[in-house]
Amino acid sequence: MDIAEIQAYGYFGLTAFLVFVLYSYIYHLYSTDKKEGGHDYENYSNIALKDDIEDTPVSTISDDKEK
Amino acid sequence: MENRPLEYDYTVAKMFMFTTIVLGIVGMLVGVILAFQLAFPSVNTFLGSGLAEFTNFSRLRPLHTDAVIFGFTLSGIFATWYYVGQRVLKVSMAESGFLMFIGKLHFVLYVIGVAAVVVSLLAGVTTSKEYAEFEWPIDIAIVIVWVLFGMSIFGLIGIRREKALYISVWYYIATFLGVAMLYLFNNMEIPTMLAASPAGESGIGAWYHSVSMYAGTNDALVQWWYGHNAVAFGFTVPIVAMIYYFLPKESGQAIYSYKLSLLSFWGLMFVYLWAGGHHLLFSTVPDWMQTMGSIFSVVLILPSWGSAINMLLTMKGEWQQVAASPLIKFMVLGSTFYMFSTLEGPIQAIKSVNAIAHFTDWIVGHVHDGVLGWVGFMIMAALYHMAPRVFKREIYSKSLMATQFWIQTLGVVLYFTSMWIAGITQGMMWRAHDEFGNLAYSFIDTVTVLHPYYTIRGIGGLLYLIGFLMFAYNIYKTMTAGRKVEESELQNASPMGA
Repeated sequence: MDIAEIQAYGYFGLTAFLVFVLYSYIYHLYSTDKKEGGHDYENYSNIALKDDIEDTPVSTISDDKEK
Repeated sequence: MENRPLEYDYTVAKMFMFTTIVLGIVGMLVGVILAFQLAFPSVNTFLGSGLAEFTNFSRLRPLHTDAVIFGFTLSGIFATWYYVGQRVLKVSMAESGFLMFIGKLHFVLYVIGVAAVVVSLLAGVTTSKEYAEFEWPIDIAIVIVWVLFGMSIFGLIGIRREKALYISVWYYIATFLGVAMLYLFNNMEIPTMLAASPAGESGIGAWYHSVSMYAGTNDALVQWWYGHNAVAFGFTVPIVAMIYYFLPKESGQAIYSYKLSLLSFWGLMFVYLWAGGHHLLFSTVPDWMQTMGSIFSVVLILPSWGSAINMLLTMKGEWQQVAASPLIKFMVLGSTFYMFSTLEGPIQAIKSVNAIAHFTDWIVGHVHDGVLGWVGFMIMAALYHMAPRVFKREIYSKSLMATQFWIQTLGVVLYFTSMWIAGITQGMMWRAHDEFGNLAYSFIDTVTVLHPYYTIRGIGGLLYLIGFLMFAYNIYKTMTAGRKVEESELQNASPMGA
């Protein structure tokens, strides 16, 4: 096996790995969305829409302390 | 002291809004002068031959690039951070004397740094590295300014009420980290006063001069890793941060897909840093590195379009707002130019295309449809949105804003179309040869052919500058003469006078 062949396998392997990581992340985003203990991702848009200083935070820091 | 309700404090944001406008005028004015110098060489001595040293193309060129990158754009990034940061973290700078002090110090040192840059570049003091021309004392000052910016970001995050970091905050953090890493590594340099020549001389040259720590091909590689990612972390990442806040806020629409915004963010982070090699195609850097630069540039379309499409889809069902509001027009066209520019860049990075495009005006055209159409439009839109909120007055004139939009759009179109034609013409003429391999044209042949396009480019740039002056006037009048507005009018669409 010469260097070019090793590079070719390496290149294929790296591409496959990156595709795997990408799809895993997408799967992670959708599987934890709106679940208990996960995040309601789309609700985070309201951080910008409801950003007056008196508005209730979408997820407050103090939530953590209560748990 | 009476018990006043807590309010966001825009003191520092206002300061940086001011430098955004002033340095924008300076940078764009110098750019227009340069464009006309290329079309009409006599403009090189427009202040007389006695001052030619200060007005010639080569002296002014770094002043243009640095004024628009580190002056206009960076000020815009700082101004929007000190505005957006407070709002999405739901914490006021008035709540922390320390952060307020850091913010003001950040501004003061930034202005001193800018003054040092302007003076040194006009004096011809430069390291000769593109977009990194500053000599070591200024580099140190810039690092301090940057550290203060970081303290502001993380300080505000540290005292926030909103637990989740909004997507824009991620982009601002990435801007801070990305530029910090790039700037430090590319500006590794040794003051010549510390160096000794093989002949044993020491203390060579003026105290402020330095030489890069890298040499030859390595220097080129580090330089373009920096140069290309200066585009990434100066012209893309923080501008995406802005549009993710300002477009949803101004239109009252939630981001089309928040999950897509996260996916695009990580995609951009992983891919962008590897694409710089495309600046060195057909040069002495290893072949695999050139190929990697090409491939990563093409892959870069995905995360870029992920953000841009996300923004356009945010307007789904709300397109009447694009027609009704010039402010939304700026952002939607900005997003469209972002898509356009991030398709054009990868095409130019393909080796066979690059063989024609490299070193030609097509590259200049590409840069400018990105910075004029995307960066400039987005920063102006951000400041237009901020103005009624920080000055508590409605935007002075909607019709002036609309007129500005069309004048500048025409300017951008004239700019990039003329540079496309000029660039491809140039590339083809440079390559043309007879059957024996003799070049068909000499350099001056291309110059003669390109002259009309250079003139059109100058006019395009001038139109953009005129539009920018209208923007500056509109903001000034908003600040001084706009109708006073109540907090209730500032929810989404910005109030505008006729």
